[in-house]
Amino acid sequence: MTDQPISRRAWRLPSSDTVIGRAFNGLVTSPKALVAAVLCIALVLIATFGPWLAPQNPYDLAAIDFFDARLPPMSPSMTGSVYLLGTDGQGRDMLSAMIYGLRTSLVVGLLSGVVALLIGTALGLVAAYFGGRIDALIMRVVDLMLGLPAILVALMLLATLGQGMWKVVLALVLVQWAQFARAVRAAALIERGKEYIEAAVSLGLSKRRILFGHMLPNCMAPIIVVGTLQVASAISAEATLSFLGIGLPITEPSLGLLISNGYQTLLSGQYWISVYPGLLLLVLVFSINIVGDRLREVLNPRFVGR
Amino acid sequence: MTQPLIEARELSKRFTTRLDIAERVANLFGAGLEERTVHAVDGVSLAIRPGEVLGLVGESGCGKSTLGRVLAGIHPSSSGDVFWEGRNVAELSAAETRQAQLAAQMIFQDPMSSLNPRKTVAQAIGEAPLAHGMVRRGDVAAMVADLMERVGLDPSYARRYPHQFSGGQRQRIGIARALAVQPRFLICDESVSALDVSIQAQILNLFMDLRAELGLTYLFISHDLGVVKHISDRVAIMYLGRIVESADADEFFARPNHPYTQALLAEMPTVKQRRRVFQPVKGEIPSPLHPPSGCHFHPRCPYAFEHCRIERPALREIAPGHVSACHLNDAPPTARTTNALHETT
Amino acid sequence: MTTLTIENLSTQFFSDAGIAKAVDGVSLSVGRGEILGLVGESGSGKSITGFSILGLVDPPGRITDGRILFQGEDLVGRSEREMRAIRGKKIAMIFQDPMMTLNPVLSIETQMVETVRAHDKVDKAEARRRAIEALGLVGIPSPEERLAAYPHQFSGGMRQRVAIAIALLHRPDLIIADEPTTALDVTIQSQILFEIQKLSQSFGMSLIWISHDLGVVAGLADKIAVMYAGRIVESGSVDTVLDNPVHPYTIGLMRSVPANLERGEPLATIPGMAPSPVNRPSGCPFRLRCFAATEICASEPAETIAGDHAWRCFHPQAEAAP
Repeated sequence: MTDQPISRRAWRLPSSDTVIGRAFNGLVTSPKALVAAVLCIALVLIATFGPWLAPQNPYDLAAIDFFDARLPPMSPSMTGSVYLLGTDGQGRDMLSAMIYGLRTSLVVGLLSGVVALLIGTALGLVAAYFGGRIDALIMRVVDLMLGLPAILVALMLLATLGQGMWKVVLALVLVQWAQFARAVRAAALIERGKEYIEAAVSLGLSKRRILFGHMLPNCMAPIIVVGTLQVASAISAEATLSFLGIGLPITEPSLGLLISNGYQTLLSGQYWISVYPGLLLLVLVFSINIVGDRLREVLNPRFVGR
Repeated sequence: MTQPLIEARELSKRFTTRLDIAERVANLFGAGLEERTVHAVDGVSLAIRPGEVLGLVGESGCGKSTLGRVLAGIHPSSSGDVFWEGRNVAELSAAETRQAQLAAQMIFQDPMSSLNPRKTVAQAIGEAPLAHGMVRRGDVAAMVADLMERVGLDPSYARRYPHQFSGGQRQRIGIARALAVQPRFLICDESVSALDVSIQAQILNLFMDLRAELGLTYLFISHDLGVVKHISDRVAIMYLGRIVESADADEFFARPNHPYTQALLAEMPTVKQRRRVFQPVKGEIPSPLHPPSGCHFHPRCPYAFEHCRIERPALREIAPGHVSACHLNDAPPTARTTNALHETT
Repeated sequence: MTTLTIENLSTQFFSDAGIAKAVDGVSLSVGRGEILGLVGESGSGKSITGFSILGLVDPPGRITDGRILFQGEDLVGRSEREMRAIRGKKIAMIFQDPMMTLNPVLSIETQMVETVRAHDKVDKAEARRRAIEALGLVGIPSPEERLAAYPHQFSGGMRQRVAIAIALLHRPDLIIADEPTTALDVTIQSQILFEIQKLSQSFGMSLIWISHDLGVVAGLADKIAVMYAGRIVESGSVDTVLDNPVHPYTIGLMRSVPANLERGEPLATIPGMAPSPVNRPSGCPFRLRCFAATEICASEPAETIAGDHAWRCFHPQAEAAP
């Protein structure tokens, strides 16, 4: 045979065909999404290298001078340096506190997002592949979880368990996995109906291989989209819980707790203690959501059209 | 007579949509919702001899694809038995079941969805033999190259993804993937229907070459009588889950017996008939959810009489090797002559 | 007077990958009441030809050259508003998927009444009467009752009948049918062909039947045009072309169809595959797959006309009737 592979008809189909390629193309072709993605990356880098970037270690009580409390932005410190964003009620440098708070918020958001993704994806795949009673059971629990207000469930759980980072992560996983399970099941049901799955059955491949080697890689698009959006929602949920005082303990301040710290003095003119962490949280969640929305646009099979 | 390679006896496959909780609750309030059962395959008996090509023809919803999938071991049957080389597959040991499973491979219709878009050609072809220990890891690449060459693909394309190929080439990849587990029986489910005519001819010729080289047996499922006529030794016609007629190909096309078969043959478009007067069978294909009583074809049949509404006609031998399920064959010979008149001139 | 004459039509698509010459210098004509079968494989440009006639080519594609004379007037370069007045009224289109025409959330009655009133200022009762008449014409039993139904309540064949009925509402002078029976079963296809044939005969409607199926076209059409890589490579009356094909592509196509052969005859194949529309060989686009190609085929073949038979080939095969 002399037939050659054809190039795709470029005026109709996206230029790249892998999920990652489509996601990348989608982000770089939208200026808004590109800015948001750059912001996300920058914030993650800042959080990662926080200890080296922050002017002060806010956990180090020796470095904090109580006489520096509630200084406005650009005030000089006792030691001669400048508090760029002022200090909080304990005399901590706000910028340093925010960098450390960003670390905590991101760790909680990413960790709970990833764990929820793993659990939800596995359950969604199993529900779609096996169907019947297993599917019915999993999906009824999913319906129940999605029917309850997430923040209420987390509140009740933390009220019972008490504070702590791991407990917050647990609570967030509990309220998030159902989103993943539902999205993955929907995608997997479509894949399951395709002939390549029947071919895999006919070729005697094991269920594990079919589920994780064949179906899962084809469900990556919704997983990435839901994952991105869920990380944003986990970060804001954690901030809410910490703001309400039942999230993270005071020793590991997250952005939510920082906002809460300055809340009492917000109207008395000492705005910086609440407003700057608030702005940072806003920028973080907003950027992730813009990236997520863009990914949904470019990865959604209904938009892709195949 | 030689022992069939694969045989179905009174094979049935039903699909039931069970009521979910909401529907059951609705029923408590008198909604009267019922479980819907489709008899996709309804008591089919069929034997395929080693080395034979059996063409299975029918229109959409007649259950031909489901029958193929049950024989391929993709779907379990609801009742009835499948015999592989004379042994009931339900009674085979686990290892023997796997062997029988691998020996029957399916070639699918849609060249898009039948290949996993995330696997390269080499992965698609090499995965199963590697998983079953039929080939050593170091030998996979050579085996893949060999198979690609055999189905007419350039082995240097082994690391490409399915979307980089045309429809006909993708169908070749699907064939190589099936051949990788050394099957003896190929079930081709509308395998050439989605292809352009000139590509279709290439793939049909490939099937015939493989048959000669590897001694394969085929169940060739298609709605296209022209294709089936070309490739098959024997033909069976299916209508709404049942086989209504089956015969050796020459006999089948020379002396079609069942009114449905006659209609299909009369309406088969050929270039030999110009500006013809179309004389279609009346009526639509009934829903398999609510098939007509008695003979499923009676509402559309020009010769139907009272008895056809009541009793399901059995498949009866009307000539050596030629079976047909039609009540007209029970009647005296005079009725049969009118039957034969239904032909387009 | 012919209903439609296309002269040297070219439709191209512009993209980063290059210019795709989907339709490349096509000329054809359809007389009143005549059925033209436009045959070709996927990517041959037969559907784009149909879309071009109706002014339905969307960017990045556009008509770059040629004239489309419908009842003596050129349709190329008409405004969208002018085309809308013609589409559905004088020229109608039927698609392979009837859901291209039908709206799934509206009843058949709403859709048909709207279509009637889009072009004719008549009251609802009159529009409804015409809808019932059209449904009856395409063989839908008890049309008055079916009018209230929604598209999903019909089978595939019935849906296609409804789409045809909608196309017939304004008694168009020309219908362009793009593979309308390809998705249907043989017995249902026969029913649709039967109705179409009856309608074209009784109303003197012209019809362009776009199909990949030579058998269907043979049974239905008066004239046939075979397209390959954006060009018409051979055309003429159905009898002439199918009994004495001269272009190697037509011959190869006919020999590839199993149904055309006696049982057991080997299937001839055309080696290779159709060239990509962005990257066609110079000269005759078929030359790389052609058994008769020589060096001269790298230059542009002119159209040869012999009576009602025309072809573009340097090496017409006289004695090659399959």
